[in-house]
Amino acid sequence: MSRLLNGKSLQNELMNDEVIRLENVSVQYRVPYEQIGTFREYFIRLLQRRISYRTFWALDNISFSVKKGEVFGLIGDNGAGKSTLLKVVARVLRPIKGRLLVRGKVAPLLELGAGFHPELTGRENIFLNGALLGYNQKELEDIFPQIVEFSELGDFIEAPIRTYSSGMYARLGFSVATAYEPEVLIVDEILGVGDESFQKKCADRIAQFRENGTSILIVSHSMASIESMCQKAAWLNQGKIELIGDPKTVIKAYRGG
Amino acid sequence: MARGLWMRSTEIYDSSRNIPNALQEIKEAIRYHYLIGQLIRRDILTRYKRSYLGVAWTMLNPLGIMVVMTIVFSHFFGSTPGYPVYVLSGLIAWNFFSKSTSAAMNNIVWGGGLLKRIYLPKTSFSLSAIGTEVVNLLLSLIPLALVMLFTSVPFHLSLFYLPVAIICISCFSLGVALLLSTIAIYFPDVSEMYQIILTAWMYLTPIIYPETTFPAKYRPLLLINPLTSLVRLFHIPIIDGRFPTWVEFWPAIAWSLGMLIVGWIFFTKKIDEFAYRV
Repeated sequence: MSRLLNGKSLQNELMNDEVIRLENVSVQYRVPYEQIGTFREYFIRLLQRRISYRTFWALDNISFSVKKGEVFGLIGDNGAGKSTLLKVVARVLRPIKGRLLVRGKVAPLLELGAGFHPELTGRENIFLNGALLGYNQKELEDIFPQIVEFSELGDFIEAPIRTYSSGMYARLGFSVATAYEPEVLIVDEILGVGDESFQKKCADRIAQFRENGTSILIVSHSMASIESMCQKAAWLNQGKIELIGDPKTVIKAYRGG
Repeated sequence: MARGLWMRSTEIYDSSRNIPNALQEIKEAIRYHYLIGQLIRRDILTRYKRSYLGVAWTMLNPLGIMVVMTIVFSHFFGSTPGYPVYVLSGLIAWNFFSKSTSAAMNNIVWGGGLLKRIYLPKTSFSLSAIGTEVVNLLLSLIPLALVMLFTSVPFHLSLFYLPVAIICISCFSLGVALLLSTIAIYFPDVSEMYQIILTAWMYLTPIIYPETTFPAKYRPLLLINPLTSLVRLFHIPIIDGRFPTWVEFWPAIAWSLGMLIVGWIFFTKKIDEFAYRV
């Protein structure tokens, strides 16, 4: 609890060893009571002043910071706001209130193979997917051989992705997403990519990232892996941070509550 | 591990930055130019992937429509010199506009799920839709040149004006594409509605008929249509074989720049809401 940062006492920029900092970050979802899909309906409702929304705060005043090389775990029930929080850090959602600071490149391991096109070959998809993750041509050409090697796809790299098995698909996705060491790695649930030996390879790669100073933000329902991997954990409950600190203590409180 | 190649980035992202969205998005689109190129490549490679003639359809399609139009309408407009070239050049410009704007809108409605999952500049979909159609337009200039040869329409130096015409219609289409995309995120029905509007819009634009045959009573309708002036920028250098005059040029440039600015600002104003909506 002592590490909970208060927005007002923070400086403007990130401190030396800080990689992520959230200051009173709030995200609000607005859900119409009924789905309005057509103009006609919308105008009728507008005239009748009957458009009503239910708003709720998916994240409510979240403040914490993650240091360089730290593995930070997020736990909580379904719908507590864990995934929303990951999306804020990944820049997918811009907070409505508060402020987020992130140093360097963020690599999300949320959607392996985002934007893969089934008709394109593995090679073509590496460049497409890599570009979606924000890499440029030079970076991708330089790292291309390593991506192919790590994915263990061999000659299949020249075949259209629709011919791939789901394991091959995920392996290629993981290889592109982790081609370069990011400053921040975002993991939603521990990945089950491919067979056991490939899973080991993935775990090794993530471990090496951490050794080299990558910070990892991880969401999991597996308390065992949170406890063994993380240096720090936060318990989210209905968009608020219930407790933050040592994983063991946080897990105990979460289970007790 | 590829550490040697990769410089650790120290750039700091601040969600509360004060740069206006419209400017920030220009910066991001430039930073992600490689992605936009990749999206264009994907669209062109995959469009005809399963067909035997492949990219050749880009050229065959307007050519086929032109043949049909010429056969059907030569009875009415047969006296127009070089009618096939007139129809084809107008169709090329029209197809560019209708396809790029529809594609941009569909990209964001159907491909918008991506915006919910990873970060990318949200204008990439519209920009790549325009880019794809620029490539298609350039390809369809080949059949146009062939038809000009066959119908002995002379090639003039004024053809070098076409890049200006292409830039103008690209800016206009991008503006419309951004405007439609924004609306389509809130009301997906717009996508269907737009197809009907496009049909009406095409008949209000001098493409299959020469401008002079339009009933004089309704002439103003033709003049307030921005596409009339934009399609003219294609007709004049190709058919008349001269450079457009300033009077012919300014409405086109005014429409394209105006629409681009309005579309870009409208779109970027709503940009932070997109991930909550799509």
